[in-house]
Amino acid sequence: MATLAPAQTLDLSARFPGVVNADTRPAYSGWIVDKDHMLEVAATLKNELGYDYLSSLTGVDYLPEGKMEIVYHLYKTSGGPGMVFKIQVPRADPIEVPSLVPIYPGAELQEREAWDLLGIKFTGHPDLRRILMWEGFAGHPLRKDWKEAYFEEEVKPLKSRWPEGKISQAESKITFEDNVAYPGGFNPEKWTPEGEAALYGALASFQVEDATGLKTDHVIVNMGPQHPSTHGVFRIAVLLDGETIANLKPVVGYLHRNHEKIGERNTYIMNMPYTDRLDYLSSMSNNFGYALAVEKLMGVKPPDRAEYLRVMMAEMTRIANHLMAIGAMLNDLGAYFTPMLYALEERELILDIFEAVAGSRMMCNYFRFGGVARDLPEGTSGKIKDLFFERLPGRIDEIDRFLSENEIVRARGIGQGVLTAENAIKYSAAGPLLRASGIPYDVRRADPYSIYDRFEFDVCVRQHGDIYDRLIIRLDEIRQSIRIVQQAIKQLPEGPVQALKPVYQVRVPPGEAYGRVEGPKGELGFYIVSNGKPNPWRYHVRAPSFINLTAFGPICVGQKIADVVAVLGSIDIVLGEVDR
Amino acid sequence: MYGKGILKGLSVSAKRFVETYLDDLRWLGRKRYGTAEGIAHRGSKDGSGIFTVQYPEEKIPVPEEFRFIPFLVYDDGPDGERTLRCTSCGICAKVCPPQCIWIVRSTDPATGRPIPDPAEFFIDVDICMNCGLCAEFCPFDAIKMDHDYELASFGRNIFDKAKLSKSARYYEGIRPANAAHENAARAAKEAARAEKIG
Repeated sequence: MATLAPAQTLDLSARFPGVVNADTRPAYSGWIVDKDHMLEVAATLKNELGYDYLSSLTGVDYLPEGKMEIVYHLYKTSGGPGMVFKIQVPRADPIEVPSLVPIYPGAELQEREAWDLLGIKFTGHPDLRRILMWEGFAGHPLRKDWKEAYFEEEVKPLKSRWPEGKISQAESKITFEDNVAYPGGFNPEKWTPEGEAALYGALASFQVEDATGLKTDHVIVNMGPQHPSTHGVFRIAVLLDGETIANLKPVVGYLHRNHEKIGERNTYIMNMPYTDRLDYLSSMSNNFGYALAVEKLMGVKPPDRAEYLRVMMAEMTRIANHLMAIGAMLNDLGAYFTPMLYALEERELILDIFEAVAGSRMMCNYFRFGGVARDLPEGTSGKIKDLFFERLPGRIDEIDRFLSENEIVRARGIGQGVLTAENAIKYSAAGPLLRASGIPYDVRRADPYSIYDRFEFDVCVRQHGDIYDRLIIRLDEIRQSIRIVQQAIKQLPEGPVQALKPVYQVRVPPGEAYGRVEGPKGELGFYIVSNGKPNPWRYHVRAPSFINLTAFGPICVGQKIADVVAVLGSIDIVLGEVDR
Repeated sequence: MYGKGILKGLSVSAKRFVETYLDDLRWLGRKRYGTAEGIAHRGSKDGSGIFTVQYPEEKIPVPEEFRFIPFLVYDDGPDGERTLRCTSCGICAKVCPPQCIWIVRSTDPATGRPIPDPAEFFIDVDICMNCGLCAEFCPFDAIKMDHDYELASFGRNIFDKAKLSKSARYYEGIRPANAAHENAARAAKEAARAEKIG
């Protein structure tokens, strides 16, 4: 286990007198840094104090106080608790803060998101464009004074539902002119997306001249948004020098529904089923992260049996997700659907267990604050034992035999799409992507949550950071997860599964909390600010799929165009989480 | 030897191919398709070879906790009258994440005071996300999640009170363990109340 450094040893305000102050608001933690000295403080944190990993970057709109706050969560890849610092700026346009990209390149996509949704301008950012909304969009939707079309009420529950029940359908209100806000002078008939020019500009197209004086133009190729191998509605703009990739930019947001705005208008419990729809292949992990964050605020600890059930479900979800990832990745490599279906068979048996326990195969909605929704139904623990002791270990070995020595897989994977350890940390890569690059960083061990400290398992790590390692590490992780489930089902104690009385509106005291879990795709974090009302004031998701895409471009540069899809498959994204 | 890995992989495929026919032999004389036994075998830890279920000729039985679209439970009276358990308290409408439940509360025509009975009850089932929170938090066991998942239709589906109402017997049929548990809890509560009054 990692040695945990006590958080109190860090006293930034003594180190930077007048520049850094402790955040003294009740139930808040961390430091408030002066905007103009932020880069200096961040550089010290990274280079001297060892906080080399930028986990999350987001903004909070404190409308009543007239402040915009930018929140940074930093961790050490050597393990231990993290630290949080904030900068506060007046909420008057233009809101400008220095960009963290020069120090933590992993901030790139996150800063673009904060600019897009909250309108915070990061000066010095290399490519500050909208990322989730479309280029012609008016306003910044996560700001508290932004109202969407068909705006009915600030927060749920909506008063129109009860007791008068004036039923109406949302689509009956669609009148194109009245309900959509356009920027001044915008004409949808004549509009051509300028964002495209900006995107292609960011790719920096240019000419190269070889030794014989032959001039070649670089070519821009768009893959997607509807490409069979992009795992969803995802677009990649690639700048090509012949067949070699000179630059690459992911274009996302086609599935954007502003999950965070919905979350801020929901009551706390309502968000639970919505988190299922983030990374819809591993809903149990999403539930877990959200429940942890809210429980931190509420100061609740679930009973033992609930903790065991949670861990079991989270590990099963990891297996199901990795099986899907391996199958999809082999599809991308050209092994059309045979390995995928072999993997899906096993996943299916896990989903059957989810269905019996939670009531749904994919949208599980199983976790509650202070426990889980219900105990295991009769016969389920026998089913889990059968599956995890008698079937899965052998089947995983079979999948291993099936593919890992295959010459084609090895030729396509070994030495291709390399992400070095240094770059993996730099770009805030998480999960299997980080561990395949030789960094043994797993939140379950580095900063243990729930009851992971009671189980024996190894943090999987591979050294080369290539496509093949990212494939094999998922098999390794499945084996470790099987070990955890086997231990958990053996030790599963009797007792209640819920620490609180079930109420439909929980009371969450004011404060902030950042709950993070090791999701199948990497570190999944929920940053929640409560002001004591039934709805969260700020609800931010640190989505591992999204942040892992920061490294996508750098991995691909220098590769051949044919490897793009393989690299994408090895990163394992789910667009429901990328676009939120 | 180059190509050994490919051959090894192909042997896995070949094994699965052979298993399909081995299963046919093992099931000689027993019906493997279209029977509950066969479906259960294909989805069990021993399932090998053919794994799929031929929907709609065969259907996988859904587990008790399976949830799909809420319905309102009514109790049958002795003369065949139906009394909805719903008291139109509105908790389901307040906890519903996509806000797809609309309830009109009845009022007493004489006094104008609300009475515990829904005048109208709508669920926009095209918006419903099947999360089951309404059933989980209903204090009267009046709204429950259904098992009937075959809802495909050509139009928009807004279910009204008549379409949503299903009998308590139906509920006990699809969720026997839950219903028994709840009935026992309700009986205990009523006994306690009777004792208090008596």
